[in-house]
Amino acid sequence: MAGRYRSPLKWSDVTSRRAFLNRRQIIAAAGAAAGGIFAGPALARIAAAASAYSTDAEPNSFDDITSYNNYYEFGTGKADPKRHADRLTTSPWSVKVDGLVDKPGEYSLDDLMSGMTLEERIYRFRCVEAWSMVVPWIGFELADLLAKVGVRPGAKYVAFETALRPDEMPGVKYPVLDWPYREGLRLDEAMHPLTIMATGLYSEPMPNQNGAPIRLIVPWKYGFKSIKSIVRISLVADQPPTSWNMATPREYGFYSNVNPQVDHPRWSQATERPIGGGLFSRRVPTQMFNGYGAEVAQLYAGMDLEKNF
Amino acid sequence: MPIAQQINGALRRVPVWAVYLVGALPPLWYFWLGLTGALGPEPITALERELGLLGLKMLIVVLAVTPLRKATGLNLLRFRRALGLLVFYYILWHLSVWLLLDIRDPGRIWADIVKRPYITIGMLGFVALVPLAVTSNNLSLRKMGAAAWRRLHKLTYAAAVLGGLHFVMLVKGWQIRPLVYLGIVLLLLALRIRPARRRAVATSA
Repeated sequence: MAGRYRSPLKWSDVTSRRAFLNRRQIIAAAGAAAGGIFAGPALARIAAAASAYSTDAEPNSFDDITSYNNYYEFGTGKADPKRHADRLTTSPWSVKVDGLVDKPGEYSLDDLMSGMTLEERIYRFRCVEAWSMVVPWIGFELADLLAKVGVRPGAKYVAFETALRPDEMPGVKYPVLDWPYREGLRLDEAMHPLTIMATGLYSEPMPNQNGAPIRLIVPWKYGFKSIKSIVRISLVADQPPTSWNMATPREYGFYSNVNPQVDHPRWSQATERPIGGGLFSRRVPTQMFNGYGAEVAQLYAGMDLEKNF
Repeated sequence: MPIAQQINGALRRVPVWAVYLVGALPPLWYFWLGLTGALGPEPITALERELGLLGLKMLIVVLAVTPLRKATGLNLLRFRRALGLLVFYYILWHLSVWLLLDIRDPGRIWADIVKRPYITIGMLGFVALVPLAVTSNNLSLRKMGAAAWRRLHKLTYAAAVLGGLHFVMLVKGWQIRPLVYLGIVLLLLALRIRPARRRAVATSA
């Protein structure tokens, strides 16, 4: 008779995909260690703890993530950043922290990262152009960095700036945007545990075309909010100007939360195409807040998201 | 202009069917590149863009035939019909990839055409190409009469402007490349206005 067998196991007992993969990694690592001299070339692998915030969706390949980028400082083509970003000098790197903070100053990357806990965050990434990826970022919570520099009362927003280096960035010759690239978050968005400063992906240091050496990741917003190669972080009282909003205010709002109900004036945001599925891959429905609604929806309680797009 | 004449001489030996044959290959080649991953991790948009661009480039070649002959003596007139039909063939590919690989959902296709100005404009450009393709044969030319046929084929100008606008409007921000294409189209059209005005001035004098 079917259904007679009762297992004492519950769904919570099922090995999660993450743990399962981790186990495989440990076995592989043990194998490599045992292999000794037969092991391949050593990679600068970053140790990072797993996170409950990670999705169990299958991440895109390293190759997909590093060869299909929007980083207009290196050109507007999707393949341009990979082609040109090797010119970017990422070491030494310093970030100017200013505005309403207790400890302003020019922080070296090492100083900025000291004391931060690196985690692997596998996040969905939804571009405003209606494509998406799943990326295993390595990073730490922006909230920890803000705690370190000390946010003064009166600060309501965080403003970010990308490096502007005409000698290294062939794309900034063209006035596609008003360089340097600028982005911003409301302070509560910046303090949210999902918001991270990413310094690597796939256990590797951040590739230049993905925004080395340090970038923002805000997984419930369109990708352009997640500003790359950050050289300045300012705590400010008023909503800071942001690049795409300055370029076309009608098309790109300050909030830019992923929202399938609010279309871009020139295309629908109801669906997205996952990258990496080949020539016959289908679009899939886009989720409100890119699927992070349970975590972030309360940040926007009472706000008209059609107006505050 | 001996060089132009030499080229004209060489071109006289090129059969028109060879232009159709060679011109038919690029979309197949891009499709193959898309299948094999050579168009990058997102081949559908890449293929769509390449095919659209191919059509726009060929449309520019078609528009350049007359100014080129006047300026340099280089005569491509014999190939113009083939080049024009290739424009239609490329844009048909472009549209098919959009319909069958990109959007797929018939409801959304119509919604996009009505709601998105750059798609409306692109679609109008395609619609303008249809009567041109249909009448690009000797029978139509004879039936319509040369004057009416020539008037109808001025639609090429509209299609070119619509195609250039479509490209400018679909990218994020003001990008250089689409503006350059639109600029070339407008320049080639401006070259046609000037001689007409000069003629008018000459007769009134």
